[in-house]
Amino acid sequence: MQTTSDEVLIARIAGGDRLAMQVLFARHHVRVYRFVLRLVRNEATAEDLISEVFLDVWRQAGKFEGRSAVSTWMLSIARFKALSTLRRKPEQELDDEMAERIEDQSDDPEVALAKKDKGAVLRQCLTALSAEHREIIDLVYYHEKSVVEVAGIVGIPEATVKTRMFYARKKLSELLKEQGIDRGWP
Amino acid sequence: MSTKNKEPAQGDIEELLPWHAVGTLSRRDSQRVEEALAHDPELARRYALVRDELGETIVLNETLGAPSAHAMEKLFNKIDAEPARKPAASFYLGARIGEFFASLSPRTLAWSASAAALAILLQAGLIATVVIKDKNDGGYQTASAPTTDPGVGAFTLIRFAPQASQDDVTKFLEANKLTIAAGPAAGGFYKVRVAVTGLPKAELANIVKKLQQDKVVGFIATTE
Repeated sequence: MQTTSDEVLIARIAGGDRLAMQVLFARHHVRVYRFVLRLVRNEATAEDLISEVFLDVWRQAGKFEGRSAVSTWMLSIARFKALSTLRRKPEQELDDEMAERIEDQSDDPEVALAKKDKGAVLRQCLTALSAEHREIIDLVYYHEKSVVEVAGIVGIPEATVKTRMFYARKKLSELLKEQGIDRGWP
Repeated sequence: MSTKNKEPAQGDIEELLPWHAVGTLSRRDSQRVEEALAHDPELARRYALVRDELGETIVLNETLGAPSAHAMEKLFNKIDAEPARKPAASFYLGARIGEFFASLSPRTLAWSASAAALAILLQAGLIATVVIKDKNDGGYQTASAPTTDPGVGAFTLIRFAPQASQDDVTKFLEANKLTIAAGPAAGGFYKVRVAVTGLPKAELANIVKKLQQDKVVGFIATTE
C-alpha cells in the first residue's frame, strides 16, 4: 500500500483538507508531544502545546516550501512554542513536576545501580542533562535528525551541532561516573 | 586517566558516531566512519557507548506516553474556529501533479518521459513554423480574437476541465468555432461566444448540450 507523503498532506492542508490534517496529526503527534514534553517537563503543558503546533501547521501549510522535511519543520515550530512557554513559566516549577513524574517511573540511580541496571541509570542521567543537551540528544537519537536538520531546528551552525552533541555525551559520561559507572570516556 | 584513553580516537570521525549509529550520515561520511571503526579498536569501543545511549534514549522517550485523545479534539475545535479560507490553487495543483507522478511505476514514468520529450520536440517544431510564418507576414497582431462587438452574439459560460491542456482548449474552440469573449472570472469561468448573432433559447440549449459532451468542458451554462 502506498502512503501519502507528508508533503502531499501539507499541500492538501493548505487547500483546507481536514482529513489530511487528521492523517498528519495521527502520524506525528506522539513524537511532537514527546519532544515538547522533554523540553517543558509537564504533560498538561505539552498537550496544550501540540494543539498549538498543529494549529500553526494548519495556518502555515500554504507557506511551507519543502526546504526541509515536514517533521523537521514541525519540530522547529514545537521548539519555538516550548521555549516561549518556558520563558513564561519558571523552570523550577516545571522541573519539580517532572521530577515527581520520573520518581514514579523507576528507581533512583543508586538503587538502579545496586540492581546493576545500567540502562536505568543511563536513562536517569539522560533526564538529568540540561535542556540544551537533552534536546540535542533527543533530536539525534530519537527523532533521527541529521546534522543539517538539527542545525535548522535549533538554529545553530552545523559545526556547533557536532560539538554540542559531543559535550552532551561528555556530560552524560560525567553524570554516569558520579553514579559509579565509569565508561572510560572521555 | 583511564588506560583505555591512551590512544585517542580520530576527533572529527568520533563526532559523527551518533549520526552513524542512527543512519543519518551521507554515504561518504558513513564509509569514512566504517573504515575508521574497522581499524581503530578504541573508536569501536566508543561506538558501543554511543549505541547504548541510542538504545536508552529510545526507551526513555517511548516511556513518555502519548497525549490524550482530547488533544485532537482540542485541535479541531480550534481549526473550526478559524476563518474559512480559499484553497491555494497553484500549490494544490502542484501537489496533485506530484502525487500523480509518485503513483506511477518507474517503467511507466520512463515511457511517459519519452513521450513528453517527443511532444516537446513536436511542439518546438510547430512554434518555429508559426514564428517563421509570422515573420513572413511582417505584420503585428494582438492575441485576441478578431474584433466583433463584445456584447453582440450568443454566449455560454464555460469552466474547462482541470486536466484539459491549453492545446486541448484551443482545439476545442477551433473545432466548434467558438471565441472567448471574456474571462477568466472568479471560479475559472470564461464567457464564450457560440454565435455572432443572438440565438433562440432552445437552439442555444442544444449547443450547450452538445458542447457538454466534450471532455475539455468541466461546466457549461448559457449566459447573456
